[in-house]
Amino acid sequence: MLLAATGIVWLAAVVWIYVGSRDEVEHVLDTRLQEAARMVASLASGFDTLPGSSTPSAVQPLGSYERQLSCQIWSLDGRMVAKSSGAPDQQLSPAASGFSDRIIDGEPWRVFSVEDADHNLRVMVGDRVGLRERLVTDLIKGLMWPALLIAPLLGAAIWASVGQGLRPLRRMAQDLGAREPDDMRHVETERAPTEVRPLAVALNGLLSRVEAARRHEREVTAFAAHELRTPLAGLKTQAQVALAADDPKVVRGALEQIVTAVDRSARLVRQLLTIARLDSDTADAPLAPVAVGPILEEIVAATPRHERTTVTIDESVRTMTLNTNAECLQLALRNLHENAVQHTREGRVAWTARGHALVIEDEGPGIPADELDQIGKRFFRGRLRSPIGSGLGLAIVKLALAKVGAKLTLSNREGRSGTRSELTFDV
Amino acid sequence: MRILVVEDDPILADGLRTGLSLTGATVDAVGTCEDADTALATSRYSAVVLDIMLPDGSGLDLLRKLRGRRDATPVLLLTARDSVGDKVSGLDSGADDYLAKPFDLDELAARLRAIVRREGGRAAPAMTHGAIVLSPADLSATVAGEPINLSRREFAILAALMERPEQVRSRAELEERLYGWQEDVESNAVEVHIHNLRNKIGKDTIQTLRGVGYRMGTAR
Repeated sequence: MLLAATGIVWLAAVVWIYVGSRDEVEHVLDTRLQEAARMVASLASGFDTLPGSSTPSAVQPLGSYERQLSCQIWSLDGRMVAKSSGAPDQQLSPAASGFSDRIIDGEPWRVFSVEDADHNLRVMVGDRVGLRERLVTDLIKGLMWPALLIAPLLGAAIWASVGQGLRPLRRMAQDLGAREPDDMRHVETERAPTEVRPLAVALNGLLSRVEAARRHEREVTAFAAHELRTPLAGLKTQAQVALAADDPKVVRGALEQIVTAVDRSARLVRQLLTIARLDSDTADAPLAPVAVGPILEEIVAATPRHERTTVTIDESVRTMTLNTNAECLQLALRNLHENAVQHTREGRVAWTARGHALVIEDEGPGIPADELDQIGKRFFRGRLRSPIGSGLGLAIVKLALAKVGAKLTLSNREGRSGTRSELTFDV
Repeated sequence: MRILVVEDDPILADGLRTGLSLTGATVDAVGTCEDADTALATSRYSAVVLDIMLPDGSGLDLLRKLRGRRDATPVLLLTARDSVGDKVSGLDSGADDYLAKPFDLDELAARLRAIVRREGGRAAPAMTHGAIVLSPADLSATVAGEPINLSRREFAILAALMERPEQVRSRAELEERLYGWQEDVESNAVEVHIHNLRNKIGKDTIQTLRGVGYRMGTAR
């Protein structure tokens, strides 16, 4: 490809040089004709009479370009007064003055004529076009030989340097081609030449991102498998206990555990379906003014809590109206509230408003600092998990809030244990 | 058999405790790696049922730690992931067996009996000492081919003594086998059970070494 391109450029250069030098040579030769004619004319005008016929010159031809020029002097009445040796007998040009192209004895000629009316003279100087072309051809040949020698050398040099330059890329391609699908090791950038390094660095960046995405996916799959299969294992074990036990008390206990397990599984299924619905519906939810108070009161009333836990809703929340989507708001508030009361075994869960932000604070154990950025990942349950959580609640909150352009900020309370969740709504 | 169950899901942990007790085992249950570590450092267990994904870390890390301190207690892993890679990494971390959730309770109990048996160096499922044959799988016992009726605790004591017939077991050791954490130990329970056992399988089958403990009598 590169060689073909170089060849074409090379050929174009040759044509260009050929045409250019031919024009140049012709121009030079034309000028020479012109000057020779004028010179002869001015010489001839110095004689009053010229001999009837010229004597051929004794000069012998020395090389192939010798006697290239032929000169004739004619009187204006059509007599040849003189001619140079080797010049044809036939009149070189019919034209009175200026350049003309003629065929004489089957050979093309280029002729320049000068007329001197005062001295009754017409001088014609001409040369053979064939000779001119030989001159040009010889010139080009002289240029072409070294060029023809250089071309393969240049080709080899290009081949070698391009091959050398591409070798790191080829090595990289071989390395990448031979990899296992899950091999996300970085390609080497240290030894890569400067031109390839940005590519290698960009590739490594991509590999890192793909690796992170895969790890995230694997984690979610592992978490999901655990969260989905453990309740099933519990159900099956309790059912087998109920079948195997003779003691009615044991049977009853196992059956009660089964009922609880089914309730929890039902909640898990509900949450999974909610996530699936929020995921599949990518459009933003339609916004309308929503009164927060009634929604929150309904949630609080419907959520069981530990005996010694109280829930307070600030007056500012009861009267709050947000431009949002009622369903999304309800999902977010319910899951946050469930989290708060599940983790507060004893104490207060408080809902307050701050401008356009809704805040819920609990008195549970809070979130370990190293888990704050993981929390909200699907199926992720921290060290301080509640026994009935699924790891989906906060994921649902985040999805629901994203649909209405709101944001969740989770933090640990300052000065005491507990979690603080703040919902910020766009005005 | 005294089994430690390490599982954080309360319903499954409860099911395992009750279910394994029905097969004659004494069961303690904990929900975190930390508690499991403490339990294993302070008590001797015949086997551990270990969940991989625990709130405060990976069961595999706990297992490696356990093996790191040369604790050879047989471990059965409970895993939610059943890909080959997970099984391999579990077994390579020192597990003796694994089961994928959800599992069959009877299969779990059988596998536990098998890894305990292997750890004790026995290949046959039944334990034999002279004319006495114990079958842990169905808690049945025979003396010279005659079936005898043993209570769950009598069976547990006899099995503990027959695991290493020549070894003396202290009363505290036998009590540990009999009672989980939640159960109150009756002060003379072991003596009572030994007495009853001697009545059922013969006076000389169990020797008392005053102030030391009990061991099996010479096999006839």
